[in-house]
Amino acid sequence: MSDIVSEQIKKQITENDIVLYMKGTAVFPQCGFSASVIQILDLLGVEYKDIDILPEPELREGIKAFTEWPTIPQLYVKGEFVGGCDIIREMYQNGELQTLMQDNGIKINVDAA
Amino acid sequence: MSVQQEIEEILQKRFNPSFLKVTNDSHKHRGHAGDNGTGSSHFSALVVSDEFEGLNLVKRQQEVYKALGDYMKDIIHALALKTMTDLEYNKIKNAL
Repeated sequence: MSDIVSEQIKKQITENDIVLYMKGTAVFPQCGFSASVIQILDLLGVEYKDIDILPEPELREGIKAFTEWPTIPQLYVKGEFVGGCDIIREMYQNGELQTLMQDNGIKINVDAA
Repeated sequence: MSVQQEIEEILQKRFNPSFLKVTNDSHKHRGHAGDNGTGSSHFSALVVSDEFEGLNLVKRQQEVYKALGDYMKDIIHALALKTMTDLEYNKIKNAL
């Protein structure tokens, strides 16, 4: 992974509270796993930055190396990697994701709490 | 040996699981993005092992990915994972 890509990722995850590296965009997800995480974030009612890795092959490989995680989507909250689709789903179901957001000072939809 | 069997064998050796189930879900993703036409692109796995004790979900999955190495890069497009310790698994079983 080039330094430029690694710096780009560091910048993205520090400048935004919640970042989702995904295939497609929040409006048009190109993969069921990415769509599933978008759905959860929307249920929580949080603001997030969606980053489409499909048009950027260097970022696509870069984020995998950066996180040491071989698959997309990848969710970052306050600069920390939280998980891929399975983990996010599980954390949402048992309420851990809601707690994590609130612990980080991120306001979530009360119905989802 | 099928890819599914190869995954099973690798996980069996690495985690000595008390319960292991690998399923090939590729047919459900036929024609979707990531379908490479081999019929061995999408899998799901439940791994129950005390090797996961004390590790958070991210670390557990990183261990699984590490064990599978190049399989994740070259062959498997998606692997839906559930990783549990014996205790966690028994709790869920009893709740059913």
